[in-house]
Amino acid sequence: MKKPLQNMPESALRLVTVFAVFIVGTIVVVKFVIPPRFKDTKIQWADTVKTEVAKPVRYAGAVACTECHDEIVAEKKRGYHRDLSCETCHGPAMAHTEDPDNIKPSAPRDRKFCPVCHTFNPSRPRGFPMINPVAHNPMQACFTCHNPHDPKPPTVPRECSACHGEIARTLSVSHHVQLKCTTCHDVPSRHRVSPRVVKPTKPSSRDFCGKCHGQESPYKGSPKIDLATHGEKYVCWQCHYPHLPEAE
Amino acid sequence: MMDRRSFLKKLLSALALSGGALGGFLRGVPAWGQAKEEPAGKLWGFGVSVDKCIGCARCVVACKTENNVPKEPFFYRTWVERYMIPRTGEAVVTNIHTGLAPEEEIPSRPIFRSFFVPKLCNQCAHPPCVQVCPVGATFSTDDGVVLVNDKTCIGCRYCIQACPYGARYLHPATDTADKCTFCYHRLDRELLPACVEVCPTQARVIGDLNSPASPMTRFKRMNKIFVLKPNLNTEPKVLYANIDGEVR
Repeated sequence: MKKPLQNMPESALRLVTVFAVFIVGTIVVVKFVIPPRFKDTKIQWADTVKTEVAKPVRYAGAVACTECHDEIVAEKKRGYHRDLSCETCHGPAMAHTEDPDNIKPSAPRDRKFCPVCHTFNPSRPRGFPMINPVAHNPMQACFTCHNPHDPKPPTVPRECSACHGEIARTLSVSHHVQLKCTTCHDVPSRHRVSPRVVKPTKPSSRDFCGKCHGQESPYKGSPKIDLATHGEKYVCWQCHYPHLPEAE
Repeated sequence: MMDRRSFLKKLLSALALSGGALGGFLRGVPAWGQAKEEPAGKLWGFGVSVDKCIGCARCVVACKTENNVPKEPFFYRTWVERYMIPRTGEAVVTNIHTGLAPEEEIPSRPIFRSFFVPKLCNQCAHPPCVQVCPVGATFSTDDGVVLVNDKTCIGCRYCIQACPYGARYLHPATDTADKCTFCYHRLDRELLPACVEVCPTQARVIGDLNSPASPMTRFKRMNKIFVLKPNLNTEPKVLYANIDGEVR
């Protein structure tokens, strides 16, 4: 019995040899010659994570600043800017932490920087302190009046109308215009600092209005009602708006 | 010569022995057969409180500085959009720029409401960009961040097209795709990402989603959580709180 290869015509045999060499060569090259780093995405990804982690850091983080600048940190902790990172205003400071004497972070001193956050912009959330930089003390640097580490308005609004203008305007045409706000509202002093957290009180009993409007009241000129029969169980301000009570 | 009875006996005892040996071998290989009990690794998540954003773009500036993103507009790893929703018709969305004061933009129609929305890579759990990459250059790490291997990236821009959030761009210097990495190099050094570090109003939060006590867990507990384009089932790990339904 002859071997099958010898049965083949020579031309076909050559073709088979060429193909066999190609296939074996390709397998050898792919399997052994190309380093696994070129083929295996797992290795490539692990390398990417390594290079990503090794990238340089430019912002040192607020904790780094506390190591040396503890006075300013303590001052800042008391004010409205307490949650601000130092590098928000002073810029990236990693280089400064490595060479504190020669490399100093910038400190914005002109009128351009603070308005980045504090210019009036209708898209900003309600209650955020905003000014019109054109009209607000033009030509003066912000820090002449406001300490950026503990910013405060230079004068705290004294009158309630500074914030409650609408009520003040309503009250000005009402019979209650002579009454001070504090006649009816107890205003905790902290209300000026955190107006939304600490709120003034409202009269909570019928007897409070009855001091002027009850039949036994010594005040003259105020409309009188019989507390026992008038309005049943309701507190007065549920029907009457005290800032603009009805004329008669 | 073996009779049938002794052959069966020997066969059975041999089977029992080899079965026992196989069981003992399996016990030595813990990953096989039963699930490995291993504490879950970190899974980075990001929170954005839209109602806190004041549109100062400090995050954009910090990101560009930290990550060598080109200074020109339209190269962004993170950016801030200004939504202006008119009384009738489509919302107007503008990208606020990195310039110091926000540009004067006078809308032509009466505006119903307006706000800023910070955007960045959503680090999807099912990232379309990873699916389409023809060379396996972009991938998800074990802690849930999608990274780009810039050694194998061929700059074909498929991923830029595929990203439904527009979070990728082609870096002009390297001609490879680039994107937000949650500042992976900073996370590794236990620093906050640059944008979180400088945000003056704490509109941005980062933390471990797997940890029972991380800023992200608290953020998720305290807020109603939304994600962008939930209908695409990309399962973003950037969670939004107090976001308007108009935001796309």
